[in-house]
Amino acid sequence: MGEAIVITSGKGGVGKTTTSANLGTALALSGKKVCLVDTDIGLRNLDVLMGLENRIIYDLVDVAEERCKLKQALIKDKRFECLYLLPAAQTKDKSSITPEQVKTIVQELKQDYDYVIIDCPAGIEQGFKNAIAGADKSIVVTNPETASMRDADRIIGLLEQEDMEPPKLIVNRLRNHLAKNGDMLDVDEIVSVLSIELLGVVIDDENVIKAANKGEPVALQPDSKASIAYRNIARRILGESVPLLSLEEEKGFFGKIKTLLGMK
Amino acid sequence: MAMVQKLQHNVTIKGTKDGLVLLLDDKCSFDLLVEELNDKLTAGSSQMLSGPVISVKVKAGNRYLTAEQEEKLIEVLKQKENLILDHIESDVITKAEAEEMRKDAQVVTVSKVVRSGQVLDIQGDLLLVGDVNPGATVMATGNIYILGSLKGIAHCGTKGNEEAIIAASVMKPSQLRIAHHINRAPDSYPELGNEMEFAYISNEEKQIRIDRISAVHRLRPKLNSLL
Repeated sequence: MGEAIVITSGKGGVGKTTTSANLGTALALSGKKVCLVDTDIGLRNLDVLMGLENRIIYDLVDVAEERCKLKQALIKDKRFECLYLLPAAQTKDKSSITPEQVKTIVQELKQDYDYVIIDCPAGIEQGFKNAIAGADKSIVVTNPETASMRDADRIIGLLEQEDMEPPKLIVNRLRNHLAKNGDMLDVDEIVSVLSIELLGVVIDDENVIKAANKGEPVALQPDSKASIAYRNIARRILGESVPLLSLEEEKGFFGKIKTLLGMK
Repeated sequence: MAMVQKLQHNVTIKGTKDGLVLLLDDKCSFDLLVEELNDKLTAGSSQMLSGPVISVKVKAGNRYLTAEQEEKLIEVLKQKENLILDHIESDVITKAEAEEMRKDAQVVTVSKVVRSGQVLDIQGDLLLVGDVNPGATVMATGNIYILGSLKGIAHCGTKGNEEAIIAASVMKPSQLRIAHHINRAPDSYPELGNEMEFAYISNEEKQIRIDRISAVHRLRPKLNSLL
């Protein structure tokens, strides 16, 4: 029996789908059986990020309405034997499915998979309620900006009322030089306001955008900063204790000399 | 005649320097009271009942007066235009009223982070062990004490008590409300000044002001239950 983790944020565009795709990939890399579930009905993206769009035949709504079996709707990943995707429907909307239906599907998936990663739509309405219905755990993604943090706080409040473990936090798209100058909220400040456990910090990395456009999750790259961050988060989900990456930029040779001379 | 004599004692009218006090007997029937009060007011030739405007207090003793009965008394008193009713008081209250009084006087302890979109509404004083995040609201009919940082909205004295205060370890609210007074936060807070503070309505300006917590005993001495 595996566990179901919902990835949510409240605000749109903070990187829920990217996080889902990369955590799924990273967990699959460490040999776990993973199923990604896209609950963003009408605005599905997870299949695009995974590069699996052209393989969709059946979707979540088809399964819920019993037009097909669950196994028929699951799409096997191009790269991993142990990674599957249950895509959302594109032609329907959020109200075409109920929380109970999602719960039943997630329960069934948990029998066969170690991890069921549920990608939640933005907002706190029907789509959100559907997404969290079957989840055992939750991860809240936020960006280091006030609006996103406010929404994360709202979402955490709603998740705390549910019967599941306290949510954990991922700070996504941190720009270190801005945070250091005080132009952006820093991680300590975010954690102190939201007061939940920090699961990881992902640096703003252009490789994420490049990879997304190619349909290859960035977690597959061996050495980009975001990739390492996602793989570390996956290891923390697996129960390892991995220290947070040092956010300091590597200084070049001249930078080091400047520091020595006290010029910087 | 003896019967009438006895009746006369159910309503006693006393004159004080602040006005009249009507003492109502609490053992006879209410109808009898009304009848007698009526008689005394209309039949009375006393100057006190027809002179200049005078204030009247009604004391009902150990009789519980329903809203209807109070209405009836007020109606009777209205016949005399120079009588202005100050208030009607009774020594007894219902269990429901007593329960309300108890709730208004209690301190409710809550330990949690009040998050954006959540509203915590308390009858009595609120002692919150935790933060009030931006976008969250805490309300209390009495005072609000926050052991944590206040970054959202706090509203004390929701039933109109202007004496209520809001105290917080870190006072950075987006809005403060005391009774029907509202105060918006400055557009930015200075970085320093993390001393514990409290908000109150100043007597002179009738506006919400913030002061250091050490000034509370001077500005709101009634908060102290240890006398």
